[in-house]
Amino acid sequence: MRTLFDKIWDSHVVEKLPDGTCILYIDRHLVHEVTSPQAFEGLRLAGRKMRRTDATIAVVDHNIPTSDRKAGIAEPESRLQIETLEKNVKEFGVPYFPVLDPRQGIVHVVGPEQGISLPGFTIVCGDSHTSTHGAMGALAFGIGTSEVEHVLATQTLLQKPARNMLVRVDGTLPLGVTAKDVILAIIGKIGTNGGTGHVIEFAGEAIRSLDMAGRLTVCNMAIEAGARAGLIAPDETTFAYIKGRPFAPQGEAFDHAVAYWRTLASDEGAHYDKIVVLNAADIAPMVTWGTNPESVAPITGVVPDPADVADPAARVQMERMLSYMDLQPGQKLDQVPIDVVFIGSCTNARIEDLRAAAAIAAGRHVAPGVRALVVPGSGLIKAQAEAEGIARTLMNAGFEWREAGCSMCLGMNPDKLTPGQRCASTSNRNFEGRQGPGGRTHLLSPAMAAAAAVAGRLVDVREYL
Amino acid sequence: MPSFTKLTAIAAPLPLANVDTDKIIPARFLKTIARSGLGKNLFDTLRFNPDGSENPDFVLNREPYRHAQILLAHENFGCGSSREHAPWSLLDFGITCVIATSFADIFYNNCFKNFILPVTLSREQVDALMGDAANGANARLSIDLERQVVVRPSGEEFAFEIDPFRKHLLLNGLDDIGQTLQHATAIDAFEKKREAQQSWIPKVVV
Ligand code: SF4
Repeated sequence: MRTLFDKIWDSHVVEKLPDGTCILYIDRHLVHEVTSPQAFEGLRLAGRKMRRTDATIAVVDHNIPTSDRKAGIAEPESRLQIETLEKNVKEFGVPYFPVLDPRQGIVHVVGPEQGISLPGFTIVCGDSHTSTHGAMGALAFGIGTSEVEHVLATQTLLQKPARNMLVRVDGTLPLGVTAKDVILAIIGKIGTNGGTGHVIEFAGEAIRSLDMAGRLTVCNMAIEAGARAGLIAPDETTFAYIKGRPFAPQGEAFDHAVAYWRTLASDEGAHYDKIVVLNAADIAPMVTWGTNPESVAPITGVVPDPADVADPAARVQMERMLSYMDLQPGQKLDQVPIDVVFIGSCTNARIEDLRAAAAIAAGRHVAPGVRALVVPGSGLIKAQAEAEGIARTLMNAGFEWREAGCSMCLGMNPDKLTPGQRCASTSNRNFEGRQGPGGRTHLLSPAMAAAAAVAGRLVDVREYL
Repeated sequence: MPSFTKLTAIAAPLPLANVDTDKIIPARFLKTIARSGLGKNLFDTLRFNPDGSENPDFVLNREPYRHAQILLAHENFGCGSSREHAPWSLLDFGITCVIATSFADIFYNNCFKNFILPVTLSREQVDALMGDAANGANARLSIDLERQVVVRPSGEEFAFEIDPFRKHLLLNGLDDIGQTLQHATAIDAFEKKREAQQSWIPKVVV
């Protein structure tokens, strides 16, 4: 009896070395501009070739501005990094979606959207949020640049198997509670290192009933719980999503693939080293108050009091978080005023996320003094949102409508918070300075973010339904 | 090729948990296409005031910790991003060993690729070493990878665990790509078998 993780792992072991380290075969390697230059350079210096270009795809996402790009990229260091990627993909023959290609977007949005990320695959990328692709039923994890080089050269990695962890969410989600709230609630429960050394399989009725966008959101943040990867068993929802995508198997090949994918689900009675169970009915819309994703509470709650924390080191850390976030113990979360709203990132920039935001924004307006940005996850999502009228709805409500990219998820491109600014953000990390030096981040769902934009403060989205 | 065998050096105490990769090296410094030169921005927001001056309270701005080669921290060190810029910036500053109560997985992996030794000890042991480190230059810690021990100034030893394969690569300064390429025929065979059994797998061609 094996878990989904065990099955994918076993089918990719090329060789097991005497100490138990495995040479693990990699089916898909996603490449972006930030973590690849030194890897290609390493290959070049060692006179090594790339083993498989036809299992690799490259995009630019972290550095690019989300305003009009036809003029090129102004910031010299960003431009150099992008030009370096373009030079490398050309030299090594790597498939690439250029900046002005409509298929360009955030690497973790592009993979599933194009059918490049498929069930049963091993997928890696020099980016920790590679865990996102686990929603396809693939073993997907982030790697460092040296490992990027290792995959370029050998199409394998040296790894030891992770432990198995099951997170089951039973029951149905209440109205106004989304995939983002589910994963924030899970991280709040198990902590930012609750999954360390483990691959988390998400299961249970509440997970099963999520659409692919929701599942991608959940697995995206598995890394924020410290897990090596997140996984959801592929099912009819997955197969329907994949069918017809450009890089997915077509026709008869698709049927063969589905027959195989059906065999992947964890066996009844398979062993998990850790099991955590949540009840969907207990989950409310969530928002973070601190500077790591486990510092989270229901929007109906208050900022916690460090005086209630017994461990002195933990107390000091909480005090530091509250001082950085400029919050007072006992302060009601739904009274915290905000300056900026960011709807985007590989966590929440799919068409379903934008629809959820637009549903709240429709007929309303962004509060005075609030800057609200919507940044689609890919050029194709942008086009679809424009065709559906979602872009118009958001713009009429006072939101800025931008080009696809990582944008304000991290302070690497022109979209940044200024020191002291407070942001309601649909991204995945609220670390100090993540969205720009001195910026303060509250993580929440797209619907919650849209509601916050309208209210000018953090607010319970259920008041707007 | 560098390696890691033994180290006797000053240790800097950083008694924080969840030191994330954005703290180690903020995103705005990731635009380089080189591996070196990141040391000056290590812990940038903790080390420097907004006007660019040094924050005199931060440990790496104090003597003798400016010369630290060992860093001590609490649990979940290196959580967050997969950026190898985090170990690169530590290395460029001169730190080649991090001792913590636990590490985030990707950071832990990335350390080995750069011949930085991550050592996991219990909270009690780490706190004891932090006490030693408080004595500054008078209290050097030693790490002996071969014997898998951290030696306190008092001579007391704390044993640590390490994966034998990784230990072997560190001690001998071996490049793991080179190691894997010795198994190229096994990779060829695996690919052939996979292509035959799973012919539905598409190729990525644009
Ligand atoms: S959107 Fe944010 S988390 Fe996702 S890949 Fe880009 S920078 Fe990383």
